[in-house]
Amino acid sequence: MNQTYAVAAVTAVVLATVLIGALGLRVSRTTSDFYVASRTAGPRLNAAAISGEYLSAASFLGIAGLVLVQGPAMLWYPVGYTAGYLVLLVLVAAPLRRSGAYTLSDFAEARLESPQVRRLASLFVVGIGWLYLLPQLQGAGLTLEILTGAPDWVGGLLVAVVVTGTVAAGGMRSITFVQAFQYWLKLTALLVPAFFLVAAWHGDGAPRARFDAPATLREHTVVRVADTVRLGLDAPLTLTVTGTVDSVRYEERPVTLGPGTHHVSGGTVLALPPGAPVPERRADGSDPLGWSQPLAGGRDGHQLYATYGLILATFLGTMGLPHVAVRFYTSPNGRAARRTTLVVLGLVGAFYLLPGVYGALGRIYAPELALTGSADAAVLVLPDRIVGGALGDLLGAFLAGGAFAAFLSTASGLTMSVAGVLAQDVLPSRAVRHFRLATPLATAVPLAVGVAASKVPVADAVGLAFAVSASSFCPLLVLGIWWRRLTPPGAAAGLLLGGGSALAAVMATRAGLAPGGWPHTLMAWPAVWSVPLGFLTMVLVSLATPRSVPPGTAATLARLHLPEEFTAPVPAQEARR
Amino acid sequence: MPEHPEPRRPRRETVTHASALGDRPAPRPLHPPARSEIDEQTTLGHTYVRSLMRSQLRAALTALGALALLVGTLPLLLALPAPEALVWAALGAGVYPVVWAVAHWYVRRAERNERDFTGLVER
Repeated sequence: MNQTYAVAAVTAVVLATVLIGALGLRVSRTTSDFYVASRTAGPRLNAAAISGEYLSAASFLGIAGLVLVQGPAMLWYPVGYTAGYLVLLVLVAAPLRRSGAYTLSDFAEARLESPQVRRLASLFVVGIGWLYLLPQLQGAGLTLEILTGAPDWVGGLLVAVVVTGTVAAGGMRSITFVQAFQYWLKLTALLVPAFFLVAAWHGDGAPRARFDAPATLREHTVVRVADTVRLGLDAPLTLTVTGTVDSVRYEERPVTLGPGTHHVSGGTVLALPPGAPVPERRADGSDPLGWSQPLAGGRDGHQLYATYGLILATFLGTMGLPHVAVRFYTSPNGRAARRTTLVVLGLVGAFYLLPGVYGALGRIYAPELALTGSADAAVLVLPDRIVGGALGDLLGAFLAGGAFAAFLSTASGLTMSVAGVLAQDVLPSRAVRHFRLATPLATAVPLAVGVAASKVPVADAVGLAFAVSASSFCPLLVLGIWWRRLTPPGAAAGLLLGGGSALAAVMATRAGLAPGGWPHTLMAWPAVWSVPLGFLTMVLVSLATPRSVPPGTAATLARLHLPEEFTAPVPAQEARR
Repeated sequence: MPEHPEPRRPRRETVTHASALGDRPAPRPLHPPARSEIDEQTTLGHTYVRSLMRSQLRAALTALGALALLVGTLPLLLALPAPEALVWAALGAGVYPVVWAVAHWYVRRAERNERDFTGLVER
């Protein structure tokens, strides 16, 4: 891949982001401008901004990588990311906007009139935000590593610095412009190369992507296995090895490996002949790539359970993602919030038609990526593999720019909301200058963890944030909006038990603490039981504490559900829109 | 083409002093009775709010039911021995128009509920 083009594309995206951010800065004057663009973003602009913010590294790179490794069942991820917006639309969009709060913490306080629940909600906002930021920064590191060979922390640092700068300087107003721009950039960056790739694939005789058998290599391929892995073979395979396989050291020697599982140490270089089947990576507790395997590997009920775990997490988790929720406050009123969400569904759905194409092409032309643990790079290397030449370089550079747009936009939205909550609830004063102090803190923590933690495929890592959000904020929002008898103790207990158990289960699985078989599947995909647990706890504890129903409940619910013309006086400018 | 393409707008007037309004009929009360019930949070006002909430919740649950039926049952269908092309068609493309159509129905329904409510209260 041509480094110059790629570096130029990434630089251009970063510069454009900073520049458009600076344009927004000139109109960001008041506190309200700063946080929520003064609630004047029209549905089209706002919808493009919401979509731009939502389509993260997981969407741009991660889905194609997972499809490459594990097949079309992984398309449940983008389906879930989209359907999550439908659930958000029908259950919370308009009331959330009408609540008039800036963040999920504000909503919790306004609805439940309890500073304690507010603080607890703030903790969850910050936690979910950091969980979601982590894979964005890691994905940026991976991309820059593949493009330029830079160490893997450089990309994360670059994204963190640019995002901290734009967010601290301009706040929400500037990122509304930046993110609307980045949606269209990401869509074009994925769409245009896809045309060339599909044309080249067609000219190549349109080979079929096969997922029911190990993928076969089309040409002589050399792969370097970065981390120690276990590989499974169905038939003997002769290949050239430099490094350590099954504790035996080889120096560029042809080796025939028998059927079964082989242990390949990190740093080993394997040279595979054309026509060789790509050995499949076998999951064990510590191999992060094995993470989503139950979703694709059809072991009796596991697959079905894991699929429903993913569906529940993504369908119900979207509404509680901090950067998604905060966006609804930028709509001028509840009706506009609904219409905006409808446009978002169209924009996001159109985008998600593309990653599957890259995944299938990756399975045909770059199947060895599954071995090296960098399947997330499939989107980036395909133009070079399929088209090649100067055109391939150009398309690759275009995709790299799009990928950076994805990291930057999602990371800005998350940083914005995490920093907002930190400034309001953790740091002492509510003035904007503290927001500016909170911004570096919001990005520094996930950046530091990202350098220390092991890499997990980005789409999977994002799934964790969804599961926690679905088990904590989904019950809080849904019951808060539709149920009069919710009490602060109920909300707090539900947040802790639902969100806490989902978080604990996934963390324990990641740490390799879950025993194999069903317990592992249950803990890796917690949403099926943790979402009902969150709801049930909230309902039962609320019913047990009927005296704690906030006195203003009826008035609050009226404000959430009545069209704006019935509620408190609205400034003329807002009412007109 | 109609003769007056634009609806007639009342002319802008500069109000200089109170007597200028003296010879006009008294303006309608700003808040019709039902509306002030809501503003003052009486029992009747709460009943109005509850009826709106119920109709909106019904619309939301209908949309969610459609989502569960059309998309939520897909894993069961796809767990049957199905050709791989079906998985691609369903998850890669088919789901998105369905989700959008449900959303579109819901938005229209929710806005109609609000219009009906406004009509009921402002009458």
